[in-house]
Amino acid sequence: MAALRAIWNTTAARLSALYLILFVICATVLVVYMTSLSTSMLTAQTRDTINEEVMGLAQAYDRGGLPFLVRVIEQRARQPGANLYLIANPDGRVLTGNVQSLQPGVLTTDGWTEQPFSYRRFGEALGEADQPAGHAAVAIVFRLPNRMIVLVGRDLGEPEQFSRVVRRSLVVAFGMMGFGALLIWFFVGRRALLRIDSLSEASRRIMGGDLTGRLPVAGSGDEFDRLSENLNTMLARIASLNEGLKQVSDNIAHDLKTPLTRLRNRAESVLTGKRSTRDYREALEANIAESDQLIRTFNAILMISRLEAGNSAEPTTQVDLAETVQDVVELYEPVAEERKVRLTSAVAGPAVIPANRELIGQALSNIVDNAIKYSADVEGRAAEVSVNLEQSAAGVVLSVRDNGPGVPAGERERVTERFVRLEQSRNMPGSGLGLSLAKAVMTFHGGRLELADAEPGLVVRMVFPPREAAA
Amino acid sequence: MKILVIEDDREAAEYIQKAFDEAGHTADVAADGETGFSLADSGDYDVLVVDRMLPRRDGLSVVAQLRARGKTTPVLILSALGEVDDRVTGLRAGGDDYLTKPYAFSELLARTEALNRRGQSKEVETVYKVGDLELDRLSHTVRRAGREIVLQPREFRLLEYLMRHAGQVVTRTMLLENVWDYHFDPQTNVIDVHVSRLRAKIEKEFDSPVLHTVRGAGYMLRAG
Repeated sequence: MAALRAIWNTTAARLSALYLILFVICATVLVVYMTSLSTSMLTAQTRDTINEEVMGLAQAYDRGGLPFLVRVIEQRARQPGANLYLIANPDGRVLTGNVQSLQPGVLTTDGWTEQPFSYRRFGEALGEADQPAGHAAVAIVFRLPNRMIVLVGRDLGEPEQFSRVVRRSLVVAFGMMGFGALLIWFFVGRRALLRIDSLSEASRRIMGGDLTGRLPVAGSGDEFDRLSENLNTMLARIASLNEGLKQVSDNIAHDLKTPLTRLRNRAESVLTGKRSTRDYREALEANIAESDQLIRTFNAILMISRLEAGNSAEPTTQVDLAETVQDVVELYEPVAEERKVRLTSAVAGPAVIPANRELIGQALSNIVDNAIKYSADVEGRAAEVSVNLEQSAAGVVLSVRDNGPGVPAGERERVTERFVRLEQSRNMPGSGLGLSLAKAVMTFHGGRLELADAEPGLVVRMVFPPREAAA
Repeated sequence: MKILVIEDDREAAEYIQKAFDEAGHTADVAADGETGFSLADSGDYDVLVVDRMLPRRDGLSVVAQLRARGKTTPVLILSALGEVDDRVTGLRAGGDDYLTKPYAFSELLARTEALNRRGQSKEVETVYKVGDLELDRLSHTVRRAGREIVLQPREFRLLEYLMRHAGQVVTRTMLLENVWDYHFDPQTNVIDVHVSRLRAKIEKEFDSPVLHTVRGAGYMLRAG
């Protein structure tokens, strides 16, 4: 019962049932209409035949009177498949004809008998009395000028047989339709049902936590396969996002745990034992500095997330990148000098683009900051950092080139991820967020951040899209 | 200085109040927008510190209505949001300064004091004087003990800002905002290097320091 209900609950079964009912109704209407049309046509034909017969008999009577008519009728009645003939006295006594018995009352009504009546021919065995009604027929009754009664009729065997055939074929057709519906359900419905079942089963497994699971693909390239493939692509995307998120939160946890541990340890160690006011002061100041750095890190993380989310409504104005370069170079010039780094800039001319001045300024400072930090104190060569602004049909490119140790080709993509720092720079100050922020800023502006080999050193390019393509 | 703090976080408000007290100011606290508005409207405060998200009435509408009623009390808006456009909308609503949570109290204190000073009319003065240091805004000249000191344009603006806020703590972010017009966090020690360059020019060859470093906070220009 439950299995039956499950089958009924499938779309395929319901559709099959619906089609079956529709076909049956249509077929019935069609057959009934055709049958009634054919029957009335057959009946009309029968009547025409009888009318012609009557006319022929009337002519025979006119020509030879009653005896001739009787002879004609006897002759015609003997032919196989003949019509029904009967001549009777005005009082109903039969003179001649091929009808043995009649349904009572037929002879006494003149004109067409509206309803078919039953009769029995001569020569029919009485043993067939199990069919007392005999055969059905229609007939016309008229009177001769001498008041004799004449009946001409025709057996209804033909039309009846026709409707019998129709009825039988209708039953056969209904049976075939039912069988067809079953077949359709079985091959189409059940197949679909099984596929959907396997899809649900697989998705249940994935929901259950197996994020590496994928939906089955039959390889036939049908709708189910396309659906599975799309869902699988979606799952892969979710898995990779999930992986990225996990990595980021791992990194955040790690990178925040370190300063928090330092904060705690410093406070703890200054509290143990006897300390001078100066010790307390120093520890507290160090803790404030550490907390400020943490706040800075948090703000950078938030900023990156907002920019990456893309729903940020940071306002853009017309910004001259040449001015930004000048600002940032001027801001960093003393630091560069202090660290014995030659900081130069080359600007071809004003490059006005729609941008957020703050964000571009911050991104460029981060990159320049990195360049100075990593090119300084490299033994064997004078540190140099140059900031260049170039314009071409392909867009505006702001590049920062240093002659420091550079970044190995395989790591260039990775260092723009949050908190990723190369092993050799682990002991340098920094949060590992500078390039991530610069990258997020470039993505926000519809551009991209490129890292390349400056031979020696690193060149970081902020590539802005051509002006007409810029948002 | 009399300050009104409109902040719904009890703990934060209490901490701010206590810290302002210790810095020698008096601070009142309102825990929601409505109370804050009526206090600010009737009271005589030097500076208002207004949180953006408040129960009963949000901070920006409090500020906007105060401005509509002709109140010119300087307002510092505190916010957990920190996007550039948040600052822009905050300032457009009538705020005078904007600080994003989490912030250091030293930053809040320095900015509040700077706002208070702005209420007084130092802007119109053409010559700033701190001890024997003199800055003429019209002729763009700086003298100390009568001797002229040559400064780069940016150094001049830096000194101008420090002198306008003489006797007050000025943080690195305040300097980056007001001298360079950038609102992001200064990386490493860029501002410090600019300040020490300036310091070298105005203190070298003179016996007394005027530009002091306030640890954990920023700088202060003060005679003696």
